[in-house]
Amino acid sequence: MTVRRVMGIETEYGVLQPGRPNANPMLLSSHVVAVHAAARSAGRGKARWDYDDEDPLQDARGFHLQRAAAHPSLLTDDPSRPAPSGEAGAAGGASDGDGPQAVARSLVDEYEDPGAANVILTNGARLYVDHAHPEYSSPEVTNPLDAVRWDRAGEQVMLASVRALASTAALPDVALYKNNVDGKGATYGTHENFLVERAVPFAELAARITPFLVTRQVFTGAGRVGLGQRGEGAGFQISQRADYMEAEVGLETTLRRPIVNTRDEPHADPDRWRRLHVIIGDANLLEVPTYLKLGTTSLVLWLIERAAAGDATDLGADLDRLELADPVRAVHTVSHDLTLTARLPLADGRSLTALEIQREYLAAVRAALLRLGGEVLDEQTTDVLARWGSLLDRLGTDPASCAREVEWLAKLRLLEGMRRRDHLEWDHPRLAAVDLQWSDVRPERGLYHRLVGAGAVERLVAEEDVQAAVTTPPEDTRAYFRGRTLARFGAHVTAASWDSVVFDVPGAPTLQRVPMRDPLRGTRAHVADLLDSAPDVRALLAALGA
Amino acid sequence: MAGQERARDRREDDEPVDDGPDTGAATAAAQQRDAEVDALLDEIDDVLETNAEQFVRGFVQKGGQ
Repeated sequence: MTVRRVMGIETEYGVLQPGRPNANPMLLSSHVVAVHAAARSAGRGKARWDYDDEDPLQDARGFHLQRAAAHPSLLTDDPSRPAPSGEAGAAGGASDGDGPQAVARSLVDEYEDPGAANVILTNGARLYVDHAHPEYSSPEVTNPLDAVRWDRAGEQVMLASVRALASTAALPDVALYKNNVDGKGATYGTHENFLVERAVPFAELAARITPFLVTRQVFTGAGRVGLGQRGEGAGFQISQRADYMEAEVGLETTLRRPIVNTRDEPHADPDRWRRLHVIIGDANLLEVPTYLKLGTTSLVLWLIERAAAGDATDLGADLDRLELADPVRAVHTVSHDLTLTARLPLADGRSLTALEIQREYLAAVRAALLRLGGEVLDEQTTDVLARWGSLLDRLGTDPASCAREVEWLAKLRLLEGMRRRDHLEWDHPRLAAVDLQWSDVRPERGLYHRLVGAGAVERLVAEEDVQAAVTTPPEDTRAYFRGRTLARFGAHVTAASWDSVVFDVPGAPTLQRVPMRDPLRGTRAHVADLLDSAPDVRALLAALGA
Repeated sequence: MAGQERARDRREDDEPVDDGPDTGAATAAAQQRDAEVDALLDEIDDVLETNAEQFVRGFVQKGGQ
């Protein structure tokens, strides 16, 4: 048993031009991305995204959405037609042994749409414009702590853009926010991705993960000032995203957002893996929620996989008994209940609190551990289990003691302090301003950073490790090959994606596409010697084909 | 900030003292938390947007995923 699996986080950042509320967000987002493209292309090539294997309309329930029937905001795989916003309207060794593939060279340079600005970073991440937001998609990692590290690297990438734009007179100043709502009705996502064994039937996966996703916000929520999608009600709630969840299961991510998203685009061998694309989560500044969000979800997925494999059928059945009568309503109920005592009706007529449901999941995971024991738990798994249990206990008895670890409580503590000191009602704009400015990526502006400076929040990753992760990839996934290839042979990489890198080798008749279908190949152990010893890109490709 | 340092020092001093589950200790802990928050609020006053209403009104985003 382990929290380890292939995972990653994509984050759309809020974008503003200070003092110009009507500035074009797509243009601002393009600038955020383009400053990295300019930095990268100095002396190097400019790799575009390789869309060949993308299929955002493949549904995990086994059918394929007709392109003409899809909402335009879901069409994210065609760079010549950037997907529009969805209002009233992408995780991933080198070659799998089949070697480089020939790809025809375009006779003319491909048209570059500024709205399709896209950069692949040497840390293996993708930075691009998604809808009207700059998005950082982290490289594939294998464990929650690395997820935190490369997620925080994304904050530094965004900060670098803010600084670069501020120092360039000809370009607009931009402020970026790691949050999910504007308080006027718009929301933008922070998506987690987990590879899950294909052998788990999708309906079973969706049914067994739903009560967990509905209730985990008690320790993962980032907190939000305002109730309802447009903040029409005064007050504070646990989650940024809760009010925007409108369906139980579905393919859409930009409207009628579902608790369980069915996009089935594994960027890996589809016979072995599916990708669970979790869109219900909040963007977290605090590190503990990001760590536990990935860690606990991974453990629950492990239990669901084992149950499906027949190792713990009864424990899977225990999860089935947690089926909620109305999951969508329950998401809202949990988010709006700061006392953590609201009872959620279950399908079998019982009712449980969010904390009780979480304790049931923890108990089932622990029972499976005892049953299938014999394995020595790795350090992170032990740590995630201990923290999960501790938080569930303390959230029930002394929530204030969790303010160093749980983001909504850290934020609420400040807001309640301000309300007490200045005698403010919940609809006062200063409180809404605290909520928004909380997530400004600039340390001198972001209020979260004031808490960091005061030692008021727990940190898990050292600052120098975050800085290293801005430029270097994880060593134990194919992100290593992608990132290191770009760093060493960037001038000869014309395109890359989660599961491919396309090379332009001087003198070769065609481009060479290196498929990377297995996320756990192309690691440092696999390809470091090959990459380091190849004197040039021709030698690298020859070695890969051998 | 001096106030904040004091708050932190006091916590370190207080922690090993176990007065048992009486309300006196709980009240002291709550007061100490309030002192921490007040120190944080002083810092936040220095950086929070001066025209909060305008900042909040101008924070308009397009929907994303």
